[in-house]
Amino acid sequence: MRFREPQIEMAHGAGGKASRRLVEGLFVPLLSYGSAESLGDAAHVDINGAQIAITTDSFVVKPITFPGGSIGELAINGTMNDLAVSGARGEAMVVTFVLEEGLPTNLLEAEARAMGEAARKADVKIVGGDTKVVEHGKADRMYISTTGIGRPLPGVMIDPHSVRSGDKVILSGPIGDHGITILLARGELDFEAELRSDTRCILPLVEAMVQAAGPGIRWMRDPTRGGVATSLNELARDCRLGINLLEESVPMRDAVRGACELLGLDPLHIANEGQFLAVVAPEYVDVALNALHMVEGGQDAKIIGDVREQPAGSVLVTTGYGGSRIVDMLVGDPLPRIC
Amino acid sequence: MRFVDEFRDPEIIHRTAEELKRQVDPTRHYRFMEVCGGHTHAIYRFGLKDVLPSNIELIHGPGCPVCVLPMGRIDDGLSMAKDRQVVFAAFGDMMRVPGTTGSPLEHKARGADVRIVYSPSDALKLARTNPDKQVMFFAIGFETTAPSTALTLMRARAEGIKNFSVFCNHVTIIPAIRAILDSPDMRLDAFIGPGHVSTVIGCRPYEWIALHERKPVVVSGFEPLDMLQSILMILRQLNAGEARIENQYKRVVPWEGNSAALKAMAEVFQLRPYFEWRGLGFISQSALKIRDEYAEWDAEHRFHIPGIRVTDPKAAQCGEVLKGVLKPAQCKLFGCECTPEHPVGALMVSTEGSCAAYYNYEHRKAMVMNIAPAA
Repeated sequence: MRFREPQIEMAHGAGGKASRRLVEGLFVPLLSYGSAESLGDAAHVDINGAQIAITTDSFVVKPITFPGGSIGELAINGTMNDLAVSGARGEAMVVTFVLEEGLPTNLLEAEARAMGEAARKADVKIVGGDTKVVEHGKADRMYISTTGIGRPLPGVMIDPHSVRSGDKVILSGPIGDHGITILLARGELDFEAELRSDTRCILPLVEAMVQAAGPGIRWMRDPTRGGVATSLNELARDCRLGINLLEESVPMRDAVRGACELLGLDPLHIANEGQFLAVVAPEYVDVALNALHMVEGGQDAKIIGDVREQPAGSVLVTTGYGGSRIVDMLVGDPLPRIC
Repeated sequence: MRFVDEFRDPEIIHRTAEELKRQVDPTRHYRFMEVCGGHTHAIYRFGLKDVLPSNIELIHGPGCPVCVLPMGRIDDGLSMAKDRQVVFAAFGDMMRVPGTTGSPLEHKARGADVRIVYSPSDALKLARTNPDKQVMFFAIGFETTAPSTALTLMRARAEGIKNFSVFCNHVTIIPAIRAILDSPDMRLDAFIGPGHVSTVIGCRPYEWIALHERKPVVVSGFEPLDMLQSILMILRQLNAGEARIENQYKRVVPWEGNSAALKAMAEVFQLRPYFEWRGLGFISQSALKIRDEYAEWDAEHRFHIPGIRVTDPKAAQCGEVLKGVLKPAQCKLFGCECTPEHPVGALMVSTEGSCAAYYNYEHRKAMVMNIAPAA
């Protein structure tokens, strides 16, 4: 369907429904880069017989630094994670800086250092970049854009169409830490919580799981903007099956749960920067979980639901006491500029 | 988490649901109105209809502040934001509510300085930190939020903050309930009383409903167990042939209300002779106005307000839905022209609006599961 909205609003960048409309209704037809159904976090292309995974991302988070991370670290990890959940290991990256005139050098230096450290830790090379400066007031301090290429991990094929009824949904750890941390870091709310962003490179977790259960892994996604609900809705739409979650089984810290209760937010819509979702065939689910539990930072991985024929194309959340509700993609933008 | 987990305990909820089944008369159809939008949201959010006996029908009441605000007031508020020196500050709920020329968010995209605040005191903070701007807080809400607006105005006056004002759209719940009961096409058996409003006004203001209308009112909390217990308390009253005011939400609601909050409201506000409600029309003495002593901080004094009156889009039946006469899905626009992403009426915007709650949780569930929508 053509994109007919008269102007761009914050929601078009929020990763939810409006973003999808913009991409499918304007970018895909005009840039014609494949069908909308194959719009994953990274693309796999064949260049003279060599399989290359490629992705691009940009970072406009406000504030630039926050408990647990900063824009520079986020840029490296976010790009590595997009490649990882497409089933690839990031090998090289180029980065672009858009800087606001007047930006203190020490701030830029700190972010460059954070990027260097994150890249070393993730074992990815930064091989090039570009710098642009805009007038004071025309950007908010700094934006970073990254493009990463990677090599597909052997023994795994990520394809939403391969998902079958009976498959299990695995989540790598507690949700909502990043989104709520950013919200609190802005200092606009008069409450505090012991909370840090979960930003990290998830490649070691993905690699361990792929090694142990590769043939059983059907689909992966890092639930960033729009949260777990948006990622799973996209999957449900692509595979035309129903994703059923048990509400109580979705791991989350009390601080996140409390903040969401107070603010009327659904934790399933809150962004994460260091978690991933995987759909795994039932016969592989135990080995996949065991593999994750053996890796540092994978101890909290668990099954949060399963795939069924119904409700086709949607995500149904059931509570322990027998109530149920459909959870849609994120509509609107409750927390702008979180990454 | 305390105060949450124990009210979502599956075992206690199952036991309460069983007791509910024992108390209902299967030959009877019950119609209870949940006055408060927070309850409407909770009913759908927690999937309570899956747990309730099918002959208990819950009717959504007028207690959603965003929903009852006529479009003209939104236009009035946004007319002030045309001045680029003005910061339009409001709760997040307001941001996507359509006015004639678009929602506050659409105005923001066109360059208006629109900010989301979480409390009126945050808006006052904006005024302190932006002394070159005029910060206008678009105040909405029932007695739940009115005291914090009042306290903020008292502080603005005490500190002599000149670049702050309030566009007051506060309304009061009792006249709305009276209007609903006066509506001839409305048959109700009882009310689930609003929990948050009652923390301020207490339980006494509902006594006439039991006394003169012979209908039970149970003031309820917002967790699944709260709501089931409240419905159980209503059933017990009906079975005993009683009509009383009961307080299920005792852990929060004092019977006499919050006198400090009421005092602050009385200090700052007076009743407007009448006020227009979406769907319910003009209701006398149903809204609050800022007293003359605080006129300097009253946006209706500071700015020229056009006093726009607009009728709702013709096909939209927000009024009927607000009164509980129509179910959300019975409106002609529901789900086609009017969706949470492209709302025509405010009921489709707020998480407390019955249309948005119904659309998000119930209507899609019915659609995707190929079952008839719940009544």
